[in-house]
Amino acid sequence: MNAEQLHPAKSHFYNDERFRAVIYQLVTALLVAALGYYLISNVQENMAKQSIASGFGFVDKEAAFEIGESLIDYSAADTYGRALLVGVINTLKVSAIGMVLTTILGAFIGVCMLSSNWLVSRLGFMYVELFQNIPVLLQLFFFYALFYEAFPGPRQALNPIPGLFITNRGIDFGVPAADPVWGMVIWVLVGAVLLSYGLKRWATWRQRTTGRQFPVFWVSTAMLLFLPLVVWLAGGAPTEMDVPVLSGFNFKGGLNISPEFSALLIGLVLYTASFIAQIVRAGIQSINRGQTEAAMSIGLKPGLVLQLVIFPQALRVIVPPLTSQLLNLTKNSSLAVAIGYPDFVQVAGTTINQTGQAVEGVALMMMVYLSFSLTTSAFMNWYNRRIKIVER
Amino acid sequence: MKRLASSVVVALLLTVFSAPAWSDNGDTLKAIKERGYMMVGVNGDLFGFGKADQKGVWQGLDVDTARAVAVAVFGDLNDRIRWVPLTAKTRFTALQSKEIDVLTRNATQTLTRDTALGLNFVQVNYYDGQGFMVPKALGVSSASELAGATVCVLPGTTTEQNAADYFRSNDMEWNTVTIESTAELAQAFYAGRCDVMTSDASQLAGLRASAPNPGDYMILPEIISKEPLAPAVRHGDDQWMDIVNFSVLAMINAEELGITSENVDEMLSSKNPKIQRFLGVSPGNGEALGLDEKFAYNIIKQVGNYGEVFERNVGVNTPLGLERGLNALWTNGGLMYSPPFK
Repeated sequence: MNAEQLHPAKSHFYNDERFRAVIYQLVTALLVAALGYYLISNVQENMAKQSIASGFGFVDKEAAFEIGESLIDYSAADTYGRALLVGVINTLKVSAIGMVLTTILGAFIGVCMLSSNWLVSRLGFMYVELFQNIPVLLQLFFFYALFYEAFPGPRQALNPIPGLFITNRGIDFGVPAADPVWGMVIWVLVGAVLLSYGLKRWATWRQRTTGRQFPVFWVSTAMLLFLPLVVWLAGGAPTEMDVPVLSGFNFKGGLNISPEFSALLIGLVLYTASFIAQIVRAGIQSINRGQTEAAMSIGLKPGLVLQLVIFPQALRVIVPPLTSQLLNLTKNSSLAVAIGYPDFVQVAGTTINQTGQAVEGVALMMMVYLSFSLTTSAFMNWYNRRIKIVER
Repeated sequence: MKRLASSVVVALLLTVFSAPAWSDNGDTLKAIKERGYMMVGVNGDLFGFGKADQKGVWQGLDVDTARAVAVAVFGDLNDRIRWVPLTAKTRFTALQSKEIDVLTRNATQTLTRDTALGLNFVQVNYYDGQGFMVPKALGVSSASELAGATVCVLPGTTTEQNAADYFRSNDMEWNTVTIESTAELAQAFYAGRCDVMTSDASQLAGLRASAPNPGDYMILPEIISKEPLAPAVRHGDDQWMDIVNFSVLAMINAEELGITSENVDEMLSSKNPKIQRFLGVSPGNGEALGLDEKFAYNIIKQVGNYGEVFERNVGVNTPLGLERGLNALWTNGGLMYSPPFK
């Protein structure tokens, strides 16, 4: 290091790089703020001039429109706020179920593509090429049309097994009639899941310290099956079913899965799974062949090679792109409007149309999707940190 | 890189600031004349009101209403209109945001739309009411038998709310299927996804006419609402509103005066001062609106009077087969009535 660097010549402050950096950032921030202020005030001024209503007061007013399906109680007499909540829940419902199913299906097909069986691996590739290359909107139209064109009306319902009816109004099936015992069974099931998790941790600890293994899988399965069964028997074994019955135009009772929801779910799951399959295949292939050989040479069984050596390493490659695919599924669920599933975008769109408050409505839509996406990626980032290489 | 970023921001600001933010009285007409064509929001899927025929030519009552306005402005129809097909959900936003100059898309005039949505509705061009269409095979003869039915309805329409009101006030359960595109919704209905389709009666007639088997469907007798369908413009430009309003009224007034597209040239030499004023033989009306004195003559000559437009698009001799009913002239027991053109 020479003397000049240790004692730089005095110069003007505006030649200081750090000072300049601060100034540039300040100017940029000011410009962005000015732009934002201009846009917002411009919108407000113009709306006032055209006397378009503004503000979020509308959420307390009566919505006066009906929503096709809802997990919470809703009628046309409820407020716009509640209608929007119904939309949010409907979007969450299809996204949450879709994310789980598409991950399972995608992983399965990804593994199939790597199968040493020629037919299985070709079928995997065919699946991916087919679903990846057809726009998801067309797939949605296809599955929706399939539902209402292929299945008969309620009066000629298909009845493959007792209590299950398939019609162009959806799938109706019997569910156990409401009974407090069922609530207890569910709680016991949750308890059994927690117990299994604890058991697995204990077994890992025991194997580390003593080297002895414990059949965690079989014991957990037994717990998950028998604990709820015991409670159900102890509760008097209620067998009464709430079976759908044709009354008037439609089936009443039981549970109905609508064609709109089914078509949306099937379309999104199949489409997204084709991308996830590629990600999983690439992730597994990214692991050096030497890892498999090394694992085999220390005597691990093939299943354990995948479980203990390949998958943990592949996950590090898989998880980041998988996250963006799961986000895509959530965002693509807004295509629901095209096939009439009352998701958040559809309800918000109707609200905008009835109240005329497009700016507020679109802002709400952006906020809701932004928070869905940020929550999902926060969770996946946490998971990604958990599985990354631990330096020992 | 930083310099690039800041110059992009500056350029963006300049574009935004220089764009006209607001139109005042007279601006719409000026903009249309400078542009050389008018932008019109139409249905696009509704037979008899707004739909392109097999040759790609737009046809319908709403389409002809827009043509009347364009003729009033330009005096001819040589590529003077750009048609913008809109769904029920997008129509008002398109008008608010200046994507279109006028909306002629079977839109019902209501208090909220006329105020909080920032729109002005002009003379009604079709008095309608909401009805129900069912497959004959359903065996239903009255709307009161529809308890528990699944109903197809367009989202974001007055009909969606009317139907909710109807089932609520009659204490009947129902399910809805709402699909934004009219074509998709109709397809779901024909395939049996719903028991009932509800919409304005005229629209149901149009949908039935384009059904695979029109004879399989019937429209129930109940009319459950008032649906005055009218063209709409934005708040803030009163001159433009007057032009659109009097273009529609000119067609009605011509029918009242007995002027048709065929006899309008003979009528130019009429001795009747009302007809002379109306056709611009004695000037004044055109100037007051900021249009050519011949605007009414041009409308009748090139588009026709209201009766002609009605019969051509939706009348008894069309597949829709609608009677004049409420849309007859007031002298014939209808509601069509024009203020004097003077």
